[in-house]
Amino acid sequence: MNGVFDLGGTDGLGKVDNDHMSEPVFRADWEKRAFSMFAQSARAGLFNVDQFRHGIEKMEPGEYLISNYYEHWAHSVEHYAAAAGMLDPAELEARTTYYLENPDAPLPQRETDTEIVEFVDWAVTNGFPAHRESDKVAQFSVGDEVVISSESPYGHTRRARYIRGRRGVISAAHGTYLYPDTAGNGLGDCPEHLYTVRFEATELWGAEYADPNGANYFDVWEPYLTLVPATQGV
Amino acid sequence: MTVKPTDTALRSQEEITARVKALEALLIEKGVMTTAAVDRLAEVYENEVGPQLGAKVVARAWTDPAFKERLLADASAACRELGVGGLQGEEMVAVENTDTVHHVIVCTLCSCYPWPVLGLPPNWYKAPPFRARIVREPRTVLAEDFDFPVPDSVEIRVWDSSSELRYWVLPQRPAGSEHLSEDELAALVTRDSMIGVGAPRPVGAAA
Repeated sequence: MNGVFDLGGTDGLGKVDNDHMSEPVFRADWEKRAFSMFAQSARAGLFNVDQFRHGIEKMEPGEYLISNYYEHWAHSVEHYAAAAGMLDPAELEARTTYYLENPDAPLPQRETDTEIVEFVDWAVTNGFPAHRESDKVAQFSVGDEVVISSESPYGHTRRARYIRGRRGVISAAHGTYLYPDTAGNGLGDCPEHLYTVRFEATELWGAEYADPNGANYFDVWEPYLTLVPATQGV
Repeated sequence: MTVKPTDTALRSQEEITARVKALEALLIEKGVMTTAAVDRLAEVYENEVGPQLGAKVVARAWTDPAFKERLLADASAACRELGVGGLQGEEMVAVENTDTVHHVIVCTLCSCYPWPVLGLPPNWYKAPPFRARIVREPRTVLAEDFDFPVPDSVEIRVWDSSSELRYWVLPQRPAGSEHLSEDELAALVTRDSMIGVGAPRPVGAAA
């Protein structure tokens, strides 16, 4: 989908707040708690990682830009828990009011369930590889000149706007990976070949505006690509 | 009233805290979460997984050419040799800075980041200004926002982590570090140098 989360190349957002040598990993206790909702909710089957991202993408755009990062995570968890019928938005509002008025009121206790802690340790160590075996034959090779599709799908996709319609050269081919355009929309892994494409900065931004002597690398799945015939432009 | 780091124009920290607590309470009641698992995950990324792990890998690459070759060929496998890997780094790619090429990483679409070697991303990495500008004017952002000028003669390559491949930077070994041990070298490696927005500490600088 086309949204404000697709920030590459956006102007007017100001300087990077680079108090970057001193910030803590978590600036508040609620950030820790929102952070850890992701892994536990994924374990419970509320979403996969691409769906989780799409839940964030669907935030109200003004709110997206001025809220805190882990609020985005909490928003996506809320979104999918409500969609699964696990959470009643009115109940969440009521409980929020309760904790606002009683900030020291305890959380419910359910510490007999050690399985989730064991899962967390397992997941941190092993992760969830996105590589998928497939017998699909790669249509492109390293060195091929390609053009990125300019299509604007409505659902989740990783076709950032700044590379759409642009030409680049494949610099690496990685084999088949789950496809976010299906996985993020609840349509399955549907593995596709994944490539890294190198774009000259001048191709993306124009010779007059590009930083001198630069290139951008972006990973794309095969359905995003069309081959530029070697004879074209000669 | 004191402004807290997580206050926004939308909500105070107290409001955010109450909402996240309410969400956690409901998910605990539904069997999705436990507070013990929350505490465990927070502990992992506060105390166990962080840029000190990436620094260890970089120092090994600086001292062991065969390891460096394996790191550049398959970063995930090389990191596993040192017991480093896992969530959000299942498939890592290390890109090497040289005299003529400088690399920097970003995720313009969300905030993907190689957790096993760098820990959780710093706040500025996740915020809109960095994600918006580093792909369009990297040299300007590095010079002006990070006080890290890169000469025009050096090509800047910006890696946008749009797939599950997690890129990170193998910085150049500091000059005059020939006599240092691997542990002493690791102490020179900064998180920012592995993102590509800074250099390792110079030899002699305190960690």
